[in-house]
Amino acid sequence: MPEGPAPAPVIQRLRVRYAKRGRLRFTSHRDISRAVERAVRRAGIPVAYSAGFTPHPKISYAGAAATGVASEAEYLELGLTEPRDPERVRRELDTALPGGLDVVDVVAVPPGSGRASALADRLEASEWRVRLDGIAPDEAAAAVAAFLAAEAVEVERLTKKGRRRFDTRPAVSRCEVDRRASEAADAPCAILRMVVRHTTPAVRPDDILTGLRQIADLAPPSPPLVTRLAQGPLDAATGGLTDPLGPDRETAQPTGDGAGTAAVPALRPPAVGVDAAGAHP
Amino acid sequence: MPVESLFPRLEPLLPRVQKPIQYVGGELNSEVKDWDAARVRWALMYPDAYEVGLPNQGVQILYEILNERDGVLAERTYSVWPDMEAIMREHGIPQFTVDGHRPVAAFDVLGVSFSTELGYTNLLTALDLAGIPLDAADRADGHPIVLAGGHAAFNPEPIADFVDAAVLGDGEEIALAITELIREWKDEGEPGGRDEVLLRLARTGGVYVPKFYDVEYLPDGRIQRVAPNRNGVPWRVAKHTVMDLDQWPYPKKPLVPLAETVHERFSVEIFRGCTRGCRFCQAGMITRPVRERSITTIGDMVENGLKASGFEEVGLLSLSSADHSEIADVAKGLADRYEGTNTSLSLPSTRVDAFNVTLAGEFSRGGRRSGLTFAPEGGSERMRRVINKMVSEDDLIRTVTTAYENGWRQVKLYFMCGLPTEEDADVLAIADMARRVIQAGREATGRRDIRCTVSIGGFVPKPHTPFQWAAQCDHETVDRRLRALKDALRGDREYGRAIGLRYHDGKPSVIEGLLSRGDRRVGRVIRAVWEDGGRFDGWSEHFSFERWLTAAEKALADEPVDVDWYTVRERDEVEVLPWDHLDAGLDREWLWQDWRDAVEETEVEDCRWTPCYDCGVCPTMGTEIQIGPTGRKLLPLNVV
Repeated sequence: MPEGPAPAPVIQRLRVRYAKRGRLRFTSHRDISRAVERAVRRAGIPVAYSAGFTPHPKISYAGAAATGVASEAEYLELGLTEPRDPERVRRELDTALPGGLDVVDVVAVPPGSGRASALADRLEASEWRVRLDGIAPDEAAAAVAAFLAAEAVEVERLTKKGRRRFDTRPAVSRCEVDRRASEAADAPCAILRMVVRHTTPAVRPDDILTGLRQIADLAPPSPPLVTRLAQGPLDAATGGLTDPLGPDRETAQPTGDGAGTAAVPALRPPAVGVDAAGAHP
Repeated sequence: MPVESLFPRLEPLLPRVQKPIQYVGGELNSEVKDWDAARVRWALMYPDAYEVGLPNQGVQILYEILNERDGVLAERTYSVWPDMEAIMREHGIPQFTVDGHRPVAAFDVLGVSFSTELGYTNLLTALDLAGIPLDAADRADGHPIVLAGGHAAFNPEPIADFVDAAVLGDGEEIALAITELIREWKDEGEPGGRDEVLLRLARTGGVYVPKFYDVEYLPDGRIQRVAPNRNGVPWRVAKHTVMDLDQWPYPKKPLVPLAETVHERFSVEIFRGCTRGCRFCQAGMITRPVRERSITTIGDMVENGLKASGFEEVGLLSLSSADHSEIADVAKGLADRYEGTNTSLSLPSTRVDAFNVTLAGEFSRGGRRSGLTFAPEGGSERMRRVINKMVSEDDLIRTVTTAYENGWRQVKLYFMCGLPTEEDADVLAIADMARRVIQAGREATGRRDIRCTVSIGGFVPKPHTPFQWAAQCDHETVDRRLRALKDALRGDREYGRAIGLRYHDGKPSVIEGLLSRGDRRVGRVIRAVWEDGGRFDGWSEHFSFERWLTAAEKALADEPVDVDWYTVRERDEVEVLPWDHLDAGLDREWLWQDWRDAVEETEVEDCRWTPCYDCGVCPTMGTEIQIGPTGRKLLPLNVV
């Protein structure tokens, strides 16, 4: 039986936005979680551990981008046993992680906000950039128009549960060719921008490319370069995404001591909330 | 000559292969040095998949030692999986290093570390992908020197056609010496080209260059003699032994991969060598004498390595880790230092000894006590006397009883099948032993959930061991004995369900035996297998016994020898063995006597605690046993 005292409880939760860039896009989700655990240890961040025979660090991930897909907006949450300045954690974790796994933003979850504000629930959709080398922007635009005009675009994919057939069209809230970016690229290509809802089964950018191939014979000669630009709540008015850490930032403003802050030691400067808010333009 | 990174050509192809991260590099503590600023450049290869090769200590140590030197550069390369090989061939991308993604053919030396002979076909794949001629004889001045090291290099004859040179023993000092020799030769303007630099290496007596030795055969296929064919090339080539391991505390900066690998931990070698004298164990014979790292160096290495890596687990490596003269203080000191930090400590390779249970207890303070592994190796007392594994069945029962009493629920026992003089009864004795283990566990704890797993490997006779003369057991016999053991366990109503049995069929051992004790003629077999598509022979899903047999039949058709001749044939004392000109320091007469002692079931003590019995290593190599105790203790760390 495990001996000794119970593990120290979580007294601060930090939400971390990180990017997966360049050759590091070939890391799998498991690779990243190992790298983060080691970086947390090297950086001396006081992460909490679960109880039991094999204690695990309290690090949770929200919807990770697939192996080979780059991302500017991945999210994880750290449970700490001591409060830390989020900006300091951002710096230290970024230094300890390999270049290409870059920590973009760290926000403290306001005490008392509880499960109801689970980060995963706020990640309603993703914005993607998909670079198709060797495809002319006009050709891509025609395919996108045909896709958007369709009632349904069913595709098939091998999932963990076997071969599944599903409709990709309803998940796509926006899709267009970024002509300026396409023309500015270093080689002939078409660059797509799309906002896709997180549904079950998940509709991935490559499912949409499969759909474009089916509906308009759009067949890129080489594997596309896919980057997740953002994740967050879907803004019904604009069809775009808002910052999923926004609510934490707002409530993290020093608005006086609520019941929920009682657990936080007094040495924590109220300025932390201001710092975190200030870090994000 | 500028050498460009191949990565821009590789990157668009990576989405098409399995686990692309293994080809990307960028591990923590890896390094890409300036190509043009380096005078001598090494490509270090572990001839297996990245996930197996990356944690290899030998490669990591040499990588760090070489890169620490000004004007020297070292990068790493691993075997690519068949899907990647196909894509590289399709797009004309050569074998590359994972550090700078530079073509392997551009380096001065391609150093390949062979832990096992089953990596030989992977060497050929890498050479071919690199654009380096497979036959050393076909290489030109600009090609790298292909250099073999690792335990398998103690008999490099089967790959003598494919390597330019081989080194035996510890790599730290000889790698630097080779570097200096090459640097001088280059500074002189590379006089005499490839032949000259190889000759200079051979004349040191510490580097084996196969082409400077002629092998002559008798009409019946045995070797008549092996003789140098150039002036100044010595008759025998000696192994290298690093003394005072405290002076070589590597790895200091362990490589931490992004990809998942077989060992996710920081390993510290707490000593090198082993003189327990187990007769089957090549490692124990060729790494003598025992040289310990001191308790304080171990403590420093663990501390620095954890800081530099962020690993959560530390492994204390050696051939028999509990034999360190201060292991109890090491264990307690480390357990105290890291208590409550979620850092776990492990001690692979432990003996059957109740003391080891106490040690394991220190290492699992507060943690899970899932399983302990012991290696009696032989099922019967007689068998253990033959192999000089001095463990009695009562020792084992005492040990496992202690383990069960201390909270462990499962014990794993490791054995070999096919040992010299083995009979069916010796293997069936494993079942009796496992039954007694369960019985002891149930009595000690009063519980029914006691388990014992029996793991069995096939024995392969190895060069430079007393069993180098022995007939290898044929795979039919091995398989038959294992089936009988399985039936005996399955038919046991009282204990059978508490005992697990793990084993593989005997066929791969036959090929390992062919490659272990083969001579230069076996090179043709390796080549034929490779040409027929043989890759990753250490992986059961890639290994094909039939392919090896077919290739051997063809390649050896004109010779008076075949696979059986190399494997199941017993050798006599006067036969010239293919590795007799390679000197591990062991006195041949002592080895022969130890072989006779084995057959007569006579045991030999460990020379650390009894007088020297003249195995020959220390006087031949100018070495000595270096062990503690130092009397020092590990002090608590200043906790940050």
